[in-house]
Amino acid sequence: MSSWLDYTINGLIVGNVYALVAVGLALIFGVSRLINFAQGSIYLVGAYIGWVAVVQLHTPLPLTIIVVAVVAALVGLIIERFGLRPLQNSVRIAPLLATIGISFVLDQLVMLTFSPNPRALPSQLPDVRFQVGGGTIGPLDLLIAGVGISSALLLFVFLRYTKLGWAVRAASQDRDAAMQMGVDVNRVNQTVFGIAAALGGVSGLLVGMYYNQIDTAMSLQATLKGVVAEVVGGAGNVPGAVVGSMLLGLVESYGVAVFGTSYRNLFAFLLLVVVLVLRPNGLFASARQAPPEPLTGTFIAPSRPLRIPRWALAVAVAAFAILPLLPVSFYVLQTLINAWLLGMLALSLTLVAGTIGQVSLGHAALLAIGAYTSALLSLTLNVPVGLAIIAGGLMSAALGTILISPSFRLRGHYVSIATLAIGEIVSLVILNWESVTRGPIGISGIPPLSLFGYDLISPASVYWFAFAVMVVLALLQARLLGSHLGRSFRAIRDDDIAARAYGLSLNRYKSLAFIFGGFAAGLSGGIAAHLYSYINHETFNTQQSILALTVVILGGLGNIVGAIVGAVALVGIPEMFRIAAEYRILIYGIVLLLLVRFRPQGLLGTI
Amino acid sequence: MTTGAAEPLLALTDVNTFYGQAQVHFDLSISVGRGHIVCLLGGNASGKSTTMKIILGLVKPRSGEVTFDGASLIGLSTPQIVRRGIASVPEARRLFADMSVRENILMGAFVRNDRDAVAQDLDKMLTLFPKLGQRLSQRAGSLSGGEQQMVAMARALMGRPRLIVMDEPTMGLSPLYVDRVLELIRTINQDGVSIFMVEQNASLALEIAHEAYVLQTGKIVLSGPARTLKDDPRVRDAYLGGSEAA
Repeated sequence: MSSWLDYTINGLIVGNVYALVAVGLALIFGVSRLINFAQGSIYLVGAYIGWVAVVQLHTPLPLTIIVVAVVAALVGLIIERFGLRPLQNSVRIAPLLATIGISFVLDQLVMLTFSPNPRALPSQLPDVRFQVGGGTIGPLDLLIAGVGISSALLLFVFLRYTKLGWAVRAASQDRDAAMQMGVDVNRVNQTVFGIAAALGGVSGLLVGMYYNQIDTAMSLQATLKGVVAEVVGGAGNVPGAVVGSMLLGLVESYGVAVFGTSYRNLFAFLLLVVVLVLRPNGLFASARQAPPEPLTGTFIAPSRPLRIPRWALAVAVAAFAILPLLPVSFYVLQTLINAWLLGMLALSLTLVAGTIGQVSLGHAALLAIGAYTSALLSLTLNVPVGLAIIAGGLMSAALGTILISPSFRLRGHYVSIATLAIGEIVSLVILNWESVTRGPIGISGIPPLSLFGYDLISPASVYWFAFAVMVVLALLQARLLGSHLGRSFRAIRDDDIAARAYGLSLNRYKSLAFIFGGFAAGLSGGIAAHLYSYINHETFNTQQSILALTVVILGGLGNIVGAIVGAVALVGIPEMFRIAAEYRILIYGIVLLLLVRFRPQGLLGTI
Repeated sequence: MTTGAAEPLLALTDVNTFYGQAQVHFDLSISVGRGHIVCLLGGNASGKSTTMKIILGLVKPRSGEVTFDGASLIGLSTPQIVRRGIASVPEARRLFADMSVRENILMGAFVRNDRDAVAQDLDKMLTLFPKLGQRLSQRAGSLSGGEQQMVAMARALMGRPRLIVMDEPTMGLSPLYVDRVLELIRTINQDGVSIFMVEQNASLALEIAHEAYVLQTGKIVLSGPARTLKDDPRVRDAYLGGSEAA
């Protein structure tokens, strides 16, 4: 059974790496009740700083580690000071969204500086393996274990025996009371971000050396793994984060041993969902403890929505409807078609995140379900495309709601984590379920859009089709929200306990919102599949989920017209200024940051 | 304001506070004389706890002045105010539940740098609160309410404050502990620490206080020496908040 020992060693080593990320997340969550989605970006920065140090400056290993830790800590301090401190008194979701924006910006800056191509990061250590029992262990394994253990010890000593460490612990247990003891909470925040960033950066360096390769996709993966480990251990619980990381490393390692490498992440996210559903406070939280997430109610920025008269909306719809009859370029129509598809997704998300307050970070999964359903039905069963798209919408509604239903009892940030995980799970199932989804090869040759036997080939016809579907969905949604249902949704968003006390069944209303939202997103995905004619497991990724979230925040959460305006703006403006594709994500990140800081209620106001 | 006597230790003058549109304090003026126990009485939602938060800098008033020892506290952060010599015993104690009792008490000395004197003060606390001696290494969250109140008071004293503000120190305690807490407040005061306490339990508070104020929906409706207020029938009315007092 030598290989099992190897897998155990591998799991523990990887667990050490995760722990360096997760401990930082736990410290930050403890003090500011914030899940720092930029943690993976700091890890990425650490890996690339390490690459510069090793490959270009030829620094010795100990110096490399110190350089990485210091630079990463500085990045962490900058993020805290300029990205998060100004948001201290803002709506609760603001810092979370800001860290997402910051992570977009950092990742893109790294990508623009170093190109998206992977780079080799040599470890400078001799390539020998020692026999230990039945397994083998190398110098790099020992280095990682050594860094992990010594960081844990240092952190323990810091928290237990230094004044600042006490301040960190006190602030994480009761911020106000700590202030009343004279603790400067800003300084505590700074400390925690500095430590978290230093650990995260070193983790990135070690991972780069372990796989001898770094690339910009590492960032999101690291954030996700860190979040999984942290939540498994109990959000804000530092020793819990270490144990959660080891557990995650082992589960992944054994999962890979049994099923293969492409299953690694699937196990990570399944572990997360299981823990969230069964023990949302983590494995080690005592049962009597209330979850550290404050109640909802301040989740949405209060505002007075802009009133747009009906006739103005009618004029706008008419104007966009006759647009293809005017002498406009193919390029403009193409751009607007993309905007309408994004608009449908935004309608779905503004209902789910804005109206009922479940901030979903995995909405692209609904697109993927709709797209694959419609593509496979039309391709393998020859179902007419129009019907297939509707089937895609229904499948998204049904499957999306079923998948998300275990997380209905979660609140606030946990909903975001759960939806993010479910989004990843959908994409990983698509990757691994080769017999149906054709796995990593993807589906090609998807028949073009057609309706009642007529192919929609011309850009104008596609434009009209997408626009009509979106307008119908928007009208339906407006109708829905005008009824008592809309009021119930908003009541659940504003205070779920009060809503329940008045007899509203949270599960039923959340299901209804996800059914309607899933249908709209599924249609969008279905149309997109026939438009692109090729899709794979990465066509609808987390970046798209975040883009959709930026769109609905830009328009104003819960605001139907806002969702469409936001989609047109975010698709249209980069096109208008002919901004190269690689800068777009950077711009989306900056837009998200600016919105959160200066206009959390969006352009048209939240409803 | 106390007239004739020396300058008060703490003075709130014409304070107006708002939560959004809602006004919480209307021209609130309160002063705490040096070496005095002053208590602020009032029913629910009268603005008592907000008064505490104003003093500690947790809430900023829209207008008015707050001075401590003659210097303005307006614009200072909570930690800065604490460093000036004001300690607090917050509502519901607010201990650091996962830290030990010893750590909790020592957190009270966070702003001090004189290690040896802090160690001596810790010993002093154990003579003042003998029960805590056996509990030092226990999680603070595992103590009973009364014991937690002792820890909160020891924690406040560790900063060697000149003023302790207490938010409902007897709330939720058994009668035995209520007496004990009141006795301790008196002892602490006799050592020269001024006390400003917010209380719902008027008769108990008036037992130990020198002066008292009665707050009703953000306005001071009665004030004076505790001894005279105790016998004033309007106190009961005002405190209960029912009929129009005065």
